[in-house]
Amino acid sequence: MSSSDVFELVGVAAGPADDPILRGLDLRVAANGVTVLAGPSGAGKSTLLRLLNRLDDPVAGEIRWRGRALTEWEPTELRRQVAMVFQRAPVFPGSVLDNLRVASAEVSPDRAEHVLDHVGLPTQLLDQDAATLSGGEAQRMCVARALLTEPAVLLADEPTAALDRAARATVEELGRSLADSGVAVIWVSHDTDQLRRLADHVIVLADGSVRATGHLDELDASDDPLVRQSVGAP
Amino acid sequence: MTGVEQGDIGTLGLAASGILVAVAVAISLWRHLGLERSLLWAALRALVQLLLVGWVLQFVVDPDDPLIFSVLWLSAMVSFAAYTTSRRAANVPKVLPLSLLAYTASAIVVLGVLFGFGIYELEGRTLVPLAGMVVGNSLAATVLVSRQLLIAATEQRGLIEARLALGLTAKQAFQPHLRQALRTALVPQIESTKAVGIVFLPGAMVGLILAGVDPADAVKVQVSVMYLVLGSVATTTAVMSLGIARELFTPAQQLRRPTTPTD
Repeated sequence: MSSSDVFELVGVAAGPADDPILRGLDLRVAANGVTVLAGPSGAGKSTLLRLLNRLDDPVAGEIRWRGRALTEWEPTELRRQVAMVFQRAPVFPGSVLDNLRVASAEVSPDRAEHVLDHVGLPTQLLDQDAATLSGGEAQRMCVARALLTEPAVLLADEPTAALDRAARATVEELGRSLADSGVAVIWVSHDTDQLRRLADHVIVLADGSVRATGHLDELDASDDPLVRQSVGAP
Repeated sequence: MTGVEQGDIGTLGLAASGILVAVAVAISLWRHLGLERSLLWAALRALVQLLLVGWVLQFVVDPDDPLIFSVLWLSAMVSFAAYTTSRRAANVPKVLPLSLLAYTASAIVVLGVLFGFGIYELEGRTLVPLAGMVVGNSLAATVLVSRQLLIAATEQRGLIEARLALGLTAKQAFQPHLRQALRTALVPQIESTKAVGIVFLPGAMVGLILAGVDPADAVKVQVSVMYLVLGSVATTTAVMSLGIARELFTPAQQLRRPTTPTD
């Protein structure tokens, strides 16, 4: 990992100007492995993820990626490098192949099959109506779609929250294998078991600011009960 | 009725046609619909409004009247239509200036063709009624397309942002919704154009025939009016929807939250 391959946030406030969700956030996010964003509901985890994909802008402060302010990046270029998947997999009308073509209009059949295989979906699904996929299949298709832009970072906003246990396991495995193959994964989770299975780094947010960051063993030993609770410390 | 001149039913004739309103009222009473007051009020309003319009039209249809009166009338119609649109699609960003632009653009294009190609002679007698057709027929479709776009931006937010998150531009991300909204606004117009003459006889043609014009000539006028309506609805909704689509996104290709003020 290059040292410039991180997100740096300085004094970031976001949300309604009169009642911001994030308040003066100072943070460096490692851009390797799986970083899990944890913390209570309303802490600003999803808000932070949306800022990194630039679906929203902060009302104060600055976010830099690869040493450049996000506002200096062409938004479409930034989003192709910093991809995002959502809690409820957004399925576009048409077949699975049609969905892949939204990300890459010129995708070849070989490449489409390869990327489906990469996320653990059978290649026969390519011509299937995407609306008929199960929740887990749809989420993996969304990851496949995002991978077509060859991102360096994948932001995942509670990608398994709407899935059953079996589907959750396949999507977690996919997140892990992507991180191992060099795509930095920043994953929002409410599920402490999941956090403990996945996290290389943890960021605990509470009340719109950073409560703690570090490796799991460091946070397990924290004096702060909220931090220990957020990471499911034994 | 005997003794009635072609095209003039006379005051007595007009009063007699009121029997048909009485029939509608009688049906309402018979079936306990509770619509008697509404029916009478609607019939009375239509009479008074049209009498007023007819009276004012005298000042613009005379070839001796300066054309500026007609142009002023046209401007008033465009402004009123824009105001009505802004009331009926209230949460749409910049709805008033956008609808003013849309109706103006449509009037310029459609009237430009009709007068530019000499299909009608440019005078008050033609300008005001034709402009009325342009604006009046576009109003419902313009309100519809505006509302549809706002609904899409709210209810389909997840899909739109998913496209943005894949690196699509705002224009590309919104294109499917724009297309759907325009289709929804245009299809009824196309359907009624197809059904004309079979399912119903349009008002302009009926009016001309009743006024004693040769049916073949009435048909030509009617067809030009139907094309005018198609052209105006398409132009107005296209300008309006492209304008709204621009307003829904920030320069950084982010979908605004449409129910909050955009400025």
